[in-house]
Amino acid sequence: MKAAVIVFPGSNCDRDLATAFRQAGAEVEMVWHKDTELPAGTDVVGVPGGFSYGDYLRCGAIAARSPICGALKRHAEKGGFALGVCNGFQVLTETGLLPGALMRNRGLRYICKTVPLRVETAATAFTEGYAEGQQIALPIAHHDGNYTLDADGVARLRDEGRIAFTYVDNPNGSVADIAGVLSANKRVLGMMPHPERAADSALGQPDGSALFRALCGAFAAA
Amino acid sequence: MKARVHVMLKDGVLDPQGEAVRHALGSLGFEGVEGVRQGKVIELDLAEDDAGKAEAQVREMCEKLLANTVIESYRVEVL
Repeated sequence: MKAAVIVFPGSNCDRDLATAFRQAGAEVEMVWHKDTELPAGTDVVGVPGGFSYGDYLRCGAIAARSPICGALKRHAEKGGFALGVCNGFQVLTETGLLPGALMRNRGLRYICKTVPLRVETAATAFTEGYAEGQQIALPIAHHDGNYTLDADGVARLRDEGRIAFTYVDNPNGSVADIAGVLSANKRVLGMMPHPERAADSALGQPDGSALFRALCGAFAAA
Repeated sequence: MKARVHVMLKDGVLDPQGEAVRHALGSLGFEGVEGVRQGKVIELDLAEDDAGKAEAQVREMCEKLLANTVIESYRVEVL
């Protein structure tokens, strides 16, 4: 599998994300925000966490209009895979590839801690390494992770099995405890928790590594 | 020509910052503040000198970047 990890000015989880992909067996290429095309043969685009463009205007707003995100949109529209973590999730909602928006945390505080999550669906290339209903623990580190979507939108996500992860103990006010959502074709996943920060047993419980292994495995099997 | 854009969270979208400001006003002794909504103001200097065209241009900017219409509404003033 070939992954392309986007680097924006202010990204700070890009190398962690690249390492997690590599450890799962992927070939990884870093791409710069000013690039207009993804590397040939890119299977999965990683949109990393951080503070792209200093979070100016709205988190992810400027990044979503950068040249590389034009290529990301074309990749997704052709059925390509993408994983956005934290700021990357904010970027994916700002591009319109995922529904909803991430607002300031309900308690207004930046939260940095490992939280329990529930895997809501195992029927995706990202989550098939987990069991539906399984509880895992991943770190969160965000100020704007309060997922917001109207009631009809939430009902649609539920009906279509597009809620990937929920918080067991909602830390930020997200509607329906949502921590991660999928596109209609389930090939684009955005999530606030950081699987790449929990993908190496040297750094604690590696609950995130199953996500990268499953994704790489999906391509190995294809 | 100058234009001013007011971006506000849509009605019905909970504004945690506005709520915090409301609580702070209460603790300063300002009574009867029943709601606070916080938004942003963006001022633009435009080369365009036709008010109608300027407004159309700024509206397009709002739709494409300045506002996230999932959660925000906007109002354009051409000055």
